[in-house]
Amino acid sequence: MTPKAAIGGNTRPEIDVRRELYRSMLRTRRVEEAIVDRYTEQEMRCPVHICIGQEAPPTGISAHLQKQDHVYSAHRSHGHYLAKGGDMPAMIAEIYGKSDGCAVGKGGSQHLIDLDAGFICSAPILASTISVGVGDAWAARRRGEDRVIVIYFGDGSTEEGAFHEALNFAGVNKLPIVFVCENNLYSVHTSLETRQPENQTVRRLGPPNGMESFDGDGNDVEAVWRLADYAVNKARNGGGPTLLEFHTYRWMEHCGPLDDTHLGYRSAEELESWKARCPVDTYRDRLIQDGSVDQAWLESEEETLHKEIEAAFTAAQNSPFPEAEELFRHVYPE
Amino acid sequence: MTREIKYFEALREAQAQCLESDRDVVVMGLGVPGPTGVFGTTKNLIDDYGPDRVLDMPSSENAMTGMLLGASSNGMRPIMVHMRVDFAVLSMEPLVNQAAKWHYMYGGKMRAPLTVRMIIGQGWGQGPQHSQALQAWFAHIPGLKVIMPTTAHDAKGMLISAVRDDAPVISIEHRWLYGVSGAVPEEMYETPIGKARIMRPGKDVTIVAASYASLLALRAAEMLADAGIDAEVLDLRTITPLDRESIVASVRKTGRLVVADTGTAEFGISAEIVCAAVEGASESLKSAPRRVGLPSVPTPTSPALSEHFYPRAIHIAEAAAATLGAKLQFTEPETGKWHDVPDPSFTGPY
Ligand SMILES: Cc1ncc(C[n+]2csc(CCOP(=O)(O)OP(=O)(O)O)c2C)c(N)n1
Ligand SMILES: [Mg+2]
Repeated sequence: MTPKAAIGGNTRPEIDVRRELYRSMLRTRRVEEAIVDRYTEQEMRCPVHICIGQEAPPTGISAHLQKQDHVYSAHRSHGHYLAKGGDMPAMIAEIYGKSDGCAVGKGGSQHLIDLDAGFICSAPILASTISVGVGDAWAARRRGEDRVIVIYFGDGSTEEGAFHEALNFAGVNKLPIVFVCENNLYSVHTSLETRQPENQTVRRLGPPNGMESFDGDGNDVEAVWRLADYAVNKARNGGGPTLLEFHTYRWMEHCGPLDDTHLGYRSAEELESWKARCPVDTYRDRLIQDGSVDQAWLESEEETLHKEIEAAFTAAQNSPFPEAEELFRHVYPE
Repeated sequence: MTREIKYFEALREAQAQCLESDRDVVVMGLGVPGPTGVFGTTKNLIDDYGPDRVLDMPSSENAMTGMLLGASSNGMRPIMVHMRVDFAVLSMEPLVNQAAKWHYMYGGKMRAPLTVRMIIGQGWGQGPQHSQALQAWFAHIPGLKVIMPTTAHDAKGMLISAVRDDAPVISIEHRWLYGVSGAVPEEMYETPIGKARIMRPGKDVTIVAASYASLLALRAAEMLADAGIDAEVLDLRTITPLDRESIVASVRKTGRLVVADTGTAEFGISAEIVCAAVEGASESLKSAPRRVGLPSVPTPTSPALSEHFYPRAIHIAEAAAATLGAKLQFTEPETGKWHDVPDPSFTGPY
């Protein structure tokens, strides 16, 4: 795809890709809802940053990724992990602090990992994984590996110096990276206007750092899919990095399973207006309308997902806690 | 009767009174004017002191610390707040290379009256990057003062002292102290930096502790009392400058020493305290000092692992008994299902 087709174009994915996009978004949504439903039982004893409302960016990006491509994420990582093919039961067990967790319970929700799936790491210190991903890309190119690196971060992370420093280096060295900013307008309870210049985009920071940049509707999975098609393939073909910014919105509280409009930092109307643009439901309606899916397909997808998720939670709850000795393992490599 | 308020309320009151009494005081940090106000410690301050003095900031800890250093060296008295000490790690350059050395390096001509509040945590799966206890890092840097108040009274008085101090002061606050109440005078007062305090007098063994570990030490002292051992608890309150005199005086009296700290034991502040005792009171020591702290591993997230990671009062009691050559069995009060909360009212995430 050319940049023009990627931005304004109306190229659509094939029907089976559309279905896959929908299935992937729905899966993340249902997993997150299952966490939300059970979180107040106080058995998942770690902070969780729920990504409901933000399912489209990782879904549209991952549709263009291959297994050997690597993904880096921050605190709101569940969607990035699942979309890249991260093992779902291992993620749920990790949140429960169990020995079957993807990090043996040592990391929790904020430190997901699935190396087989190419989901390299997630960490909650803002912007911290951005430079790490840049280093991966730098090493991959030196070692002649066919690998695209995708680095996800929020609008808040772009205020850290390390973000700018990493972008600069990636631009100077034309590294095979897609930087993906999910701009959801808030950093915890602080709105964008308090933190960044008025009427600006994050995307503006691409060109001065030597890379193309685009922004798009982060609630429209096909818009994401088009931009990602361009950026991922460019990186794969030696065209260097791209900065993508997706405008989207978080539905739940910053950290935890609840609605938080009572806090007053954002209005219920604002939340409702974004819910009306739900990335999952609007896409479902579109696919029904254009005949890509029918009711029977939707129902069978829901049922399959429901079974998969219930099984993951049952397995996580039945998984043993790590033994006390595990505390002292892994401090240094053996 | 003196008024009782919670630790977090005492911190808020200290900041309110500093803002009230000195136009040059500002409070800045992520979420400071926000609806939850850094666990309540800055909540609604913006209503009384306005957005020019109670400020949010971009997620730019490094540059914002340098920025406040610049403001402080030009006469302001900023209070910077970090929800977790782990975020302050991004501000080490301006703190360590600059602020700490400003006064010395410029021949006494510059001052950096900057106060940086950092919260350390425990439990509820905060894990490797949200619950470190880095007091020893800061204490290692000449030019920084490091305070770790334990009681609500000291939280208020020491924060006021910190703001009025012309040196950069790091205030390390343990999240599990926030809900603890204590008598706190309503007026503005200073609790001196650099002075430890005997929380509980005793004659058999000295337990030196700071912050939340001091509360554990008090509990341990009760367990020891039941076993006929009379422990003295010395609450450090300030890490640097260290009150060596009080440590030495107490060890001279009891002849035995246990140090309890919320940080990693190895290369932690406990080593310095043992050293102070050995240097100042070796002739009085009747047995080898012991210490209780975290093992040298990152904080695990799983509650099943953090249960074995954090020391409890019983570990301090056992260490104290061991300095008397006694191997005693202590019983802990029943806790609920989980060990990762200070009391059942504490629910996550936080
Ligand atoms: C260095 C650092 N400073 C502060 C924080 C606290 N913090 C955690 S998430 C967050 C908000 C980040 O906002 P954004 O990057 O936009 O991501 P979002 O939560 O909106 O997905 C903040 C400030 C942190 N984790 N790391
Ligand atoms: Mg955001």
